[in-house]
Amino acid sequence: MNPNTDIIVVDELTKKFGDFTAVDHISFRVHRGEIFGFLGANGAGKTTAMKILCGLSRPSSGGGTVNGYDLNRDQEKIKRHIGYMSQKFSLYADLKVWENIRLFGGIYGLSGKRIREKSDAMLHYLNMTDLRDELVGDLPLGWKQKLAFSIALIHDPAIVFLDEPTGGVDPETRRLFWDLICEAAEGGTTIFVTTHYMDEAEYCDRVSIMVDGVIADLDTPAALKQRYGATDMDAVFRQLAYRAQRE
Amino acid sequence: MKTFFSFIKKEFRHIFRDRRTILIVLVMPVVQIILFGFAVSTEVHNARVDIVGDGNDPAVRQIVERIDQNPYLNVEAVYESVAKVPERFRRGEADVAVCFERNFDERLHHYGKASVRLLGDGSDPNTAQMIVNYVNGVLSDVQGELGAQSDSPQGAFPHVQYMYNPAVRSSYNFVPGVMGLILMLVCSMMTAISIVREKESGTMELLLVSPIRPIGVIISKAIPYLALSLVNLVTILLLARFVLGVPLRGSLLLLSVVSVLFILASLGIGLLISVISSTQKTALLISGMGLTMPTMIFSGIIFPCESMPVVLQYVSDIIPAKWYIIMVKKVMIEGVGFGYIYQEFTILLLMTLFLLAVSVRLFKRRL
Repeated sequence: MNPNTDIIVVDELTKKFGDFTAVDHISFRVHRGEIFGFLGANGAGKTTAMKILCGLSRPSSGGGTVNGYDLNRDQEKIKRHIGYMSQKFSLYADLKVWENIRLFGGIYGLSGKRIREKSDAMLHYLNMTDLRDELVGDLPLGWKQKLAFSIALIHDPAIVFLDEPTGGVDPETRRLFWDLICEAAEGGTTIFVTTHYMDEAEYCDRVSIMVDGVIADLDTPAALKQRYGATDMDAVFRQLAYRAQRE
Repeated sequence: MKTFFSFIKKEFRHIFRDRRTILIVLVMPVVQIILFGFAVSTEVHNARVDIVGDGNDPAVRQIVERIDQNPYLNVEAVYESVAKVPERFRRGEADVAVCFERNFDERLHHYGKASVRLLGDGSDPNTAQMIVNYVNGVLSDVQGELGAQSDSPQGAFPHVQYMYNPAVRSSYNFVPGVMGLILMLVCSMMTAISIVREKESGTMELLLVSPIRPIGVIISKAIPYLALSLVNLVTILLLARFVLGVPLRGSLLLLSVVSVLFILASLGIGLLISVISSTQKTALLISGMGLTMPTMIFSGIIFPCESMPVVLQYVSDIIPAKWYIIMVKKVMIEGVGFGYIYQEFTILLLMTLFLLAVSVRLFKRRL
């Protein structure tokens, strides 16, 4: 596959729950290697859209590809080639650091040798070598998140989905976390991230804003700010989100 | 396959890391067996027996001697007048009175027929029934001997004998019950809680976006609890056999097969609970109130199902534990083969298949 093509291609993607259309004919592309911000108020449909992109649910109509795999047909293949980290901190608190790494290495089918190499490199990179035998539940939240992010990348996925990864974290920890994200993006991993913090949207290469199940706008933060005559992303977001008709 | 094994390993780690829970799970059967075996025993020891009749009558003397030899019975007093019995009961000096008719020995030998009347203290019906049963057992033994000596036709007094459990030991009843209860508890409750815990902590999401399939999640959740249940099963059987002296008459293999089937049914129930509950508390409540209570009541551990109103008997039919316990009783105590339990086996098998099919389908859809 040509590495320069778009990693996510979505055409007229729609998801209905009964009469309610959560995602209404959205189309967009995510370029390989970029940090793509996927914004929207609660209930705008971004979680639903993201679930479809991760292979967790099927579109009602429309479709697209993630890393070349079809959203309607190749859900299992998609799952194998993406990384995922959710808003709720999601590692096993009652397992040790190395046990968590081993588990997810194993789940993604890495060999024992590869898992050892990976976990040594990861712990070294995170400065956590001394903590490998600690229970994850005993780590400070910032450390847990960094670890969760690194584990989401353990199988070298082409793209990683971050669902509000910095929820409930202090600004300093958030900034450190974004350093990690940027480094991963520089390494060639595509980042698809949802967030509630508009200052974080500034870190993204491009941002889409969902309102009422449709994509209200999509561009670089600079272009968006110019278009709406705003000084920061927060103002852009508020202008667009005010158009929302539904709760 | 590798994915699967790392997942099973993880489940075992969860279990062993939580020392308190594993301790409870492993010790619970021991405590229950000992509690039911010794504290909640429905047996009566040292029941006090009064003899009403002629203490010098040879046949009476023989019977009195036999009653006194019985480890459960003690002869308290011998007197002539039945009128004294109520007074003795009221003072709490006797539990049962055995009244022989006049010239008992002579009537027995000449007519081959003599009557005995048992008076029990009905103010405590369970105990009274139990003691009357003991005395009856002794009487029928003696009857056999007397008949053999004198060549007279038998049938002097009531002949009651309990097959398979001549001493009417309550442990024969509750060991299968406790087996059902514990397997149900460990398998359903623990599986449900461990799945709901992942839902609560958000790790379930992580598993679902991983290449591991929902059915893989289910199976690897089930395997550790299956192993734990088997440990429990072995513990209970060893305790029952060597501490309580409950026999294991039937085939161990058949008992194991039946148990594994029941474990699978419990697993199905556990899955079902995990699908309908979103927090660990809910799961705990549902399995506590919705499973343990009905299992205790309907499985015949405490109350015999046969003495329930018809409607409740129908209700008891849908409790899987009931069928399991019936089979365990038959295999363990009566020592029968598969031919005698195939009906119960089929019912439990159908229940298991139904539960597993429904819960796996719901589990997949909800996530």
